[in-house]
Amino acid sequence: MGAATHYDVIVIGGGVVGTAVLRTLSRYQLKAALLEKAAEVGWGATKANSGIVHAGFHNKPGSWMARLCVAGNRMYDQLCEELDVPFIRNGVMMVARTPEEEKILRDFYQQGLENGVPDMELLDGDAARRLEPNLSEEITLVLRAPSGGIVAPFELAAALAENAAANGADVYTEVEVAAISHGDDGFIVTSKDGGTWKGTYVVNAAGLFADDLARMCGLDAPSLIPRKGEEYILDQRLGDLVKHTIFPVPTPKSKGILVIPTAEGNIMIGPTALELPYKDDAATTAAGLNEILSFTQGLVPKISRRDIIASFAGIRAGSPAGDFIFETSHTGKAVHLLGIESPGLTAAPAIAEHVLQMLREAGLPLEEKPDFNPRRPEVIRFKQLSDGEKEAVIKENPLYAHVVCRCETITEGEIVDAIRRGARTVDGVKFRTRAGMGRCQGGFCTPYVVRILARELGVSPLEITKRGKGSELLTADAKLYLKGGETDA
Amino acid sequence: MRNTHYTDVAIIGGGPAGLAAALAARKAGAEHVTILERSHELGGILQQCIHNGFGIHRFKEELTGPEYAYRFIPEVEADPGIHVYLNTMVLSLSSDKEMTAVHPGHGLIKLRAKAVVLAMGCRERTRGALSIPGTRPAGVFTAGTAQRFVNMDGFMPGKQVVILGSGDIGLIMARRFTLEGAKVEAVVEIMPYPAGLARNIAQCLEDFDIPLYLSSTVTAIHGKDRVEGVTVSQVDDNWCPIPGTERYIPCDTLLLSVGLIPENELSQEAEVPLDRCTGGPIVDENRETEISGIFACGNVLHVHDLVDYVSEEAEIAGEAAARYAQNQAAAASENQVQRQASQLAITPGEGVRYVLPQRITPGAEVDLYLRVMQPMDDITLSLGGVALARKRQVRPSEMLKIRLKPQHWDSLREAGAVQGRELCLKAEPR
Repeated sequence: MGAATHYDVIVIGGGVVGTAVLRTLSRYQLKAALLEKAAEVGWGATKANSGIVHAGFHNKPGSWMARLCVAGNRMYDQLCEELDVPFIRNGVMMVARTPEEEKILRDFYQQGLENGVPDMELLDGDAARRLEPNLSEEITLVLRAPSGGIVAPFELAAALAENAAANGADVYTEVEVAAISHGDDGFIVTSKDGGTWKGTYVVNAAGLFADDLARMCGLDAPSLIPRKGEEYILDQRLGDLVKHTIFPVPTPKSKGILVIPTAEGNIMIGPTALELPYKDDAATTAAGLNEILSFTQGLVPKISRRDIIASFAGIRAGSPAGDFIFETSHTGKAVHLLGIESPGLTAAPAIAEHVLQMLREAGLPLEEKPDFNPRRPEVIRFKQLSDGEKEAVIKENPLYAHVVCRCETITEGEIVDAIRRGARTVDGVKFRTRAGMGRCQGGFCTPYVVRILARELGVSPLEITKRGKGSELLTADAKLYLKGGETDA
Repeated sequence: MRNTHYTDVAIIGGGPAGLAAALAARKAGAEHVTILERSHELGGILQQCIHNGFGIHRFKEELTGPEYAYRFIPEVEADPGIHVYLNTMVLSLSSDKEMTAVHPGHGLIKLRAKAVVLAMGCRERTRGALSIPGTRPAGVFTAGTAQRFVNMDGFMPGKQVVILGSGDIGLIMARRFTLEGAKVEAVVEIMPYPAGLARNIAQCLEDFDIPLYLSSTVTAIHGKDRVEGVTVSQVDDNWCPIPGTERYIPCDTLLLSVGLIPENELSQEAEVPLDRCTGGPIVDENRETEISGIFACGNVLHVHDLVDYVSEEAEIAGEAAARYAQNQAAAASENQVQRQASQLAITPGEGVRYVLPQRITPGAEVDLYLRVMQPMDDITLSLGGVALARKRQVRPSEMLKIRLKPQHWDSLREAGAVQGRELCLKAEPR
C-alpha cells in the first residue's frame, strides 16, 4: 500500500482524537490522510472508553485538561447532531460517603466553578436518592453536574472518519507506521509493510504509541504510562438502574470505579486503573472483576455478578505530566499529542480545534471549503423507529425486515449499511450496529454477519475477521479440510 | 397499519415444539393456526443437529435432527388450516395476544390470536455470563454457533479445540470436530459429574479418547488476535480455582457448552410470570401460563434433554390452546380465574432442581417432569409426603418423568395434603 498523492497533512492514529482532527481538517481546502494501524478506526483506547462526556470539574483549573474538557463538552450537541451519533446529557454525580470524602467533594465543586462547569449543584443523600433511588443509603453528599453526558465512543470515531472521507479526506487502515523521515519534500511516512505516504505536516495522534512515534521524529518525548482499565457490561434489563453517571470521590491515579449508563441503554461498571510495564495487555482478570463489583456495589447495591453479559479492557495513554502534552518538532510541522487520557474523549473536538490552530501558526494555509458538508447521512436504527417508519423503510429496502440479531433487533439492512459506511470486520459491524452485543453475545447472529460481510465485500467467509488480520473466525472449508486438501487457511 | 390478521392459535416458533403444537391444535379442532418462524425454513435447531439419536422414545428409531423434523414438516405444510410465515420475526407480544411481526414481503404484520403458544426455544450461555478472564481473541464460540458453522455453512471454526462445559451440544461437537479432522484436546467441566447425557459421554468422548476433566474450569483465555491457548485449573467444593493446579493447554478454539437459557424476552413483554428455577413461564398441566390464553412448550418453557419430550409437551399445549380458542377467550378467561384458585402449586423440595408443571388441578392425571440437583442412587420421589416412584440412579442431565395417578391422589387426600395449597416434590435417599 501507499499513496502517490502529496498530502498537506497526514494524521497518524484513528482514535477519536485522530478522527476528530481529520474531520476538522476536511473543512478546509487541503488534502488530508489518516493512517490507522488496525482494520478499522476507533479500535484502540477509543473502543474501550467509558463513553463519558465529562462535565469538567475533575481537572485542575488552567490545565489543558480542564480547558479543553469544558470546551469540548460544549461542542458535543452540535457534533453528534451533525453526525447522527447517540449522545445523551444524562448528567453526572460524584458521591461522598464520609466526612473526609465530603470535604474532597466540596473542593471539586469549587474547582468546577473555576473551570466554568455550568449548573452544578450539591445535594444531600436523600435529595440525590430522590433522583437516583438505587444509590446506596451510605451516600451523604452528592455533586451533580447536569452537563455531563454519554456518547457511543466507537460510533463517534467511525462517524468522524466517515464524514471526513465524505469531505475528501483519505482514510487508510491496517497501516502501522514504522518510520517517519523528513527532507526537502516534507515528511515520508513508511509503514511496516513498506508503503509510503508523503506530506507537508504530520499530526501524531497515535494514543498509547504517540511517544514511540514522537521519538521517530527525533523528539525526546516522555514515556507514556500504559494504564489498563477493565469494564463490565450488565444486561439491558438493568438499563434503568441509574440515569446519571455515578462517580466516587477520585483517587490520585484515576477518576475511580464508576457506574455508567451507556448511550446504548446498558449499564457498564468500571474501569479499574492498573499501571502496566508494557502496552499490549488488554486482558480482563478475576481480580479486576472482583474489585469492580465490590466497589460499585458500595455505590449502587443492586448490582450483581449474575447480570454481567460482557467484559472488555483497554489501555489508556497515561500522561507523565498529569495533563495533555502538546509538542512539536520540525519547526512546528509535526504536532505530537501525548498523554491524551481522560477526559480525552470529551476534549477531542476541542483538541482538534487546538491542533488546527497549531498547524495554522506553523504555516498551514487554511481556506474553508465552500461545499463542506458537516452532516453524515442518517443511520437507520430499525428498533427505534415507529411502526409507520418501519413500514416505510421495509418498503424501500426489504433487508430491513430481516432481523439478524434477535437480542438487539438489528436488521440485515442496518448491517449492509454499516459495511457500506466502512465496517470490514465482525467487530466493526458489532460496534456500529450493536449486532452481537446483546445477551446472546453473537451466538445466533455471528454466522449470518460473517455471511453478509463476505457477500458485501466479495470475499470468502474464510477471509472475514473478528477485528483484522490474524483474527479470522473460520480456519478451513470443512470438506477440503477433511480431505487434507487445505490444512492451512 | 396495512396488515392486520386474525387467527385462532398463533404459534411463535417453528421448531420441534411449534410444529407439534400446530398439528395438535388442528387435531383438537382449531380452524386457523398460524406459525411465525424467524428462519427461512421450519425445524428450528434440529436442522443443524445432523447427528442421530433423536426419536428413540417417540418413533423407536434413531433419527437425525432433520429427519425428526421431517416427521412433522410435510404434515404441517400439507395442512390448509396451518399458515406458516417464514422469515418472520415477532417484535412484540401483548398480554391480550396481539403480536407485531416483520416479514420482508409483507412488511409489518399485526396479528391477533385467540390463543398463543410460545415456542421460541432457548439460547446458549456465553463467556460474558461466566466472566472468564483474559483477552478477547477470535476463536471463542458457543458450541451451537460452531455447530452451525460446521454443519450448515461448511466451515471449520478451528483445528485444535478445548471445550468448556460438558453439556450435550459440547459433547456432540467434540465428536463432530474430531470426525471433521480437528483435534479436541479436552472437555472441561466445573462440576464433579458431567452435564450431558451418559450416552453422549460414551459415544462422543470415550469412543474417541477425548479426555474429560471434571471439577475443573477455564481460568484464562490467551491470545491477542486468535486464541492461542487456555489455562485450566481444578476447582474446590465451592467452584473456586485451586492455586497451583493451573495447566496451559494450547488450542486455537474454545467452545462453550455451559448451559441453555429459555428465551423469554417476548414472554416477559406479555407479562408472563417466569419460574426462577426453570427460566421459563409458570404453567399448569395444560401448559397454560399465568396469562390467560398464552401457552408455552419446548425449550422456552424449560430446557429438555430429549426432543421426544418436547413433542409430547407441545401436543399438550397445542391441544389446550385449540380448546381455549374454541371456548372463546372471555369464557375461558373467567374459567381460568376459577381454575387457578382451585389449583395446587407444585414446588421443588429437597434434592429437586425444578418440577413442571408448577400448578395442577387436583385429581388430574398428569406427568410431572423434573430434574434433580445432583447425581443420586436409590431414591424415592415423593409429593406432599406420598411416595410416587423409586429410582435406582438419577442424574441432573436427565429429565425425569413420573405419572401422577388416581391412587396417588387418593393417598394425597387421605394424607390431607390436598387441602394445602402447595405440594412439595422431594427426592430422598431410600
